[in-house]
Amino acid sequence: MQPLTRNGIVIDDTFAEAFGMRATAIIITAPTLKWARQAATTMTGYATSVIGCGCEAAIDLDLPPSKTPDGRPGCRVMLFAVSTDELQRQLRNRVGQCVLTSPGSACFAGMEGGTPLNLGSSLRYFGDGWQISKKFGGRHYWRIPVMDGEFLCEATTGMTKEAVGGGNFLLLAADAEKALLAAERAVAAIGKIPGTIMPFPGGIVRSGSKIGAKYKGMTASTNDAFAPTLRGVVKSELSPEINAVLEIVIDGETNEAVSAAMRAGLKAVIDLGPKRGALRISAGNYGGKLGKFHYHLKDLLP
Amino acid sequence: MKGLTFTLRAEPEERLDLSALTPDRLDGMSVAEIAKLRVGISRRPALVGDIFRITGKDVSQIAFDGGSSRFDGIGTGMSGGTLYVSGDVGAQAGRKMTGGTIVIEGSCGIHAGSGMIGGKLEIHGHAGDYLGGPLAGEMLGMEGGVLVVRGRAGHYAGDRMRRGVIAILKGCGDYAGSRMIAGSIAVKGRVGAMPGYMMKRGSLLFDRRPETLSPTFIDCGRVDIAFSGLFDRYLIEEGILDKPLLGRKPGKYGGDTAVLGKGEILFRLGR
Repeated sequence: MQPLTRNGIVIDDTFAEAFGMRATAIIITAPTLKWARQAATTMTGYATSVIGCGCEAAIDLDLPPSKTPDGRPGCRVMLFAVSTDELQRQLRNRVGQCVLTSPGSACFAGMEGGTPLNLGSSLRYFGDGWQISKKFGGRHYWRIPVMDGEFLCEATTGMTKEAVGGGNFLLLAADAEKALLAAERAVAAIGKIPGTIMPFPGGIVRSGSKIGAKYKGMTASTNDAFAPTLRGVVKSELSPEINAVLEIVIDGETNEAVSAAMRAGLKAVIDLGPKRGALRISAGNYGGKLGKFHYHLKDLLP
Repeated sequence: MKGLTFTLRAEPEERLDLSALTPDRLDGMSVAEIAKLRVGISRRPALVGDIFRITGKDVSQIAFDGGSSRFDGIGTGMSGGTLYVSGDVGAQAGRKMTGGTIVIEGSCGIHAGSGMIGGKLEIHGHAGDYLGGPLAGEMLGMEGGVLVVRGRAGHYAGDRMRRGVIAILKGCGDYAGSRMIAGSIAVKGRVGAMPGYMMKRGSLLFDRRPETLSPTFIDCGRVDIAFSGLFDRYLIEEGILDKPLLGRKPGKYGGDTAVLGKGEILFRLGR
């Protein structure tokens, strides 16, 4: 059978397998966008994968002053976890250690509905009795005196159980430079899709994994079928012209958001073309039995 | 369906207790039944039909065509719907209301919004003393909701307030926010003497530095806080003000240290 191609790039007839997750979002504001992003980047550090970090988190979008509750520049941060309890724990610890501490910051709900997760309601105790509760416009805020003024924090934020974690695709290229350029283009395109994040470093994963390992206690290990240095010694997925593979992993607020992000990412890679970027695009799955959400590449092409 | 309208026939000869004429209490009553309700408080009390001509049916939208400073207790305990008065009203408008909206085109007597718990009371004219305050013997004043006075308010506005928002757009008398427990009072315009007298917690938000303060208020200097921007934005989005009240870096007094001392007076600097 003739392989499916777009702009000279081979598209594997496969699908990305993703999982249902819990997600929440907050809006962080500061006197400048630089400091809003600083607080957001700090609180989403070490949050690439639920396996080792407890949650997956990153900046969703930057928000202009007209779109934030207090009229200062800000950004929306999303957090994903496997249970409500873990999501709550991660949210409290990360906002408490990284946003409360950041100069000039304030923190608001970035999502409505679902079980409310405590935000200011837990952090208010830092005020040691000088915290101020304010309720107006149907919302509840806490004001906590700190050394540069006040930390203003909404009492709770919303949560969704409809979130999806683990949308992905693999970019197979002739060398690492081309794989990276293709991945960067995909990340830039997906960054514009609201309600999605790419939790890995710069949105890109170089160490895709397979389930299980030869060592006891390891639940995941290197995806040897896609490791170019092992081509020939293991049952490889890679043809001779492929020398580097990078993966994009996407978490989204909804199934539709992940689809839209995959679509945008694939389009960016296809537009770049095989000479400068990827020769082939594939996706990661576990046979389709573990994850509730399947994203078939052929359905998402431009 | 057209809203239930009470058209005033002539200036009433006695004070009227109109607390029965709310969407909740009129629900399910016929026009004839409504006309027989007592509203007068003298020995030979006036009935609704004596005072008003009644038209329309929908009790969730009540309108009073005409007003009088003898209209007491309008919208008392209201929990939903709308109530509109085209003129003035007397004492205790919107007392203990929990929901819905009351709009008064004219001015109010004393105790407007007394002990209100929720909903919105908007007064286009002036308000008398004890706006939102408790009646004698009560421990709490306003406990929630939004109270807007587009004109001026009298003395003791927000007395013993515990929660909610009061906005006064043309200044107020003495002792604004007296004995306040918590909540927010925003005042645009001149504020009388001793605002925040004996306040425990809560926020008084002014567009200028208060002229006469109790000596138990302490100057906290200029503060750089996100809250002022958030509240300014709230007032503008609600249509209460069209320009920011406090600005980015307001001044602050803390007090009243004669009592708990966790309250604040935030005010716009540079005026």
